[in-house]
Amino acid sequence: MTRVKNAGSIGRALSELVIEKAPATLLPAVLRRVGLADAYWWLESPVGPVFIAHSKAGISMVARAKSSGDFERAFERRFGRSVAEESSVPPARVKALVRNLKGEGRRDLRFDLRGLSEFEQAVLRKALEIPSGEVRPYSWIAREIGHPGAVRAAGSALAKNPVPLLIPCHRVVRSDGHIGRYSLGGARNKRRLLEVEGAQPELLERLATSGVRYLGNAEKKHFCYPTCGGIETLVRTNTVRFRSEHEAVAAGFHPCGDCRPPVAQAV
Amino acid sequence: MTSGCAPTAGHSPRPPGGAAGFRLVLGQPEQNRRSADRAMIADEELKNRLADDLDGAFEGLVRAYQDRLYSFALRLTSRPEDAEEAAQDAFVKAYRALCGYPAERIRALALRAWLYQITLNVVRNRFRGKKLRLVSLDHPLSARGETAWEAPDSADGRPDARYERSRQRADMASLVAKLPDRYRAPVLLRYVEGLRLEEVARVLGQPVGTAKSNVHRGVNALREALVASRREGEKKR
Repeated sequence: MTRVKNAGSIGRALSELVIEKAPATLLPAVLRRVGLADAYWWLESPVGPVFIAHSKAGISMVARAKSSGDFERAFERRFGRSVAEESSVPPARVKALVRNLKGEGRRDLRFDLRGLSEFEQAVLRKALEIPSGEVRPYSWIAREIGHPGAVRAAGSALAKNPVPLLIPCHRVVRSDGHIGRYSLGGARNKRRLLEVEGAQPELLERLATSGVRYLGNAEKKHFCYPTCGGIETLVRTNTVRFRSEHEAVAAGFHPCGDCRPPVAQAV
Repeated sequence: MTSGCAPTAGHSPRPPGGAAGFRLVLGQPEQNRRSADRAMIADEELKNRLADDLDGAFEGLVRAYQDRLYSFALRLTSRPEDAEEAAQDAFVKAYRALCGYPAERIRALALRAWLYQITLNVVRNRFRGKKLRLVSLDHPLSARGETAWEAPDSADGRPDARYERSRQRADMASLVAKLPDRYRAPVLLRYVEGLRLEEVARVLGQPVGTAKSNVHRGVNALREALVASRREGEKKR
């Protein structure tokens, strides 16, 4: 093969031509035209108005904000792409979402969790399994997803949850049973949400303060997290209180198959 | 034909140990090939992501290619508005096509050439029958952006040297803009966008030999135009 003779200098001059920057409007326009742009709307919640954004892949962000503008800026800061207010929202979708928020609907929402690590996504998917009216500790999440040592990391992943309320990170509490922190407006909101769902946060705090981690059913001889099957169930029935899984096992109780507390190591 | 970069079996491409930092400074073509290799690797990753999750990865594709496709369209159309629309259309067409492709086909795609091909087709269809506008020498394309205040970083950045280079670039840009259509795309693809000849041929839908001779003729036409414009310039002085 012969080379293009003497193309060198012309070729070099050509290759030095500047690559022009595409206008900033290009990317959003393309995403909008192919239906991949994010859109948002808002609704009232027990913790005030919340904004909900979704992309084609699913719900991408839930946040409280003072105004639409604040939400749009927060979204752009977080994802580096823009979001536009949705012109009209189908009523069926609003209904489905509200049902879901109340813990009544099926958990069939799709989420757009792009940009999160595998681990973070696993944590969030696991949190999705906690029924309304119940809570589980961070250590439960870490153990269930096969990283029993990564309790703190599970906490950080939940703190970064882009879709709080819908992925119910408010149902994850400290490993000592205390309610703990919450990204969507602090511990007070977390307590408020749990109250609305019937998890009785005050009772949970009292149990935690007195060192109670598990409740045992004296008849069936199994022990559970205090909210398993709804907190009423265990507190009102023939209940034994345990400070640790070891204590429960020593008393001849075995871990419940529904809420799956840890299996005590033989001492 | 084997590329000079490809390591052959049994040979280590680089001496082991601490010699990695010692490297010959090579000329332009070699550097181009290096960056082209990097681009190929990035494209492989991009294709895998697109095949696995088109909707999730498509934004990445736009981000990776928007400057290049826009620049290409701009040099073909000479008008920023037209270039933006053409680039938009190209990405939308690419997305719709990818939606219909099975994952295997996406993985096997010659991504870069395919995207330039779509862009070129969009521009051609848009401007079919219309004469493409020529750019004035007084308003070179590259003078559009704004420059931030900054300290000169080397003697190379001396205003006169910089002026000379930017003037040459502007000259070259406007000469390219004046090339006949049939040579402009081949020359742009080969030398500005840095595509391999086979890719150029694929974009143009021509046999490699034809594409090669079009690139060649384009470069010759540019050289003649350059000589002519210099002569013109000397006369004016």
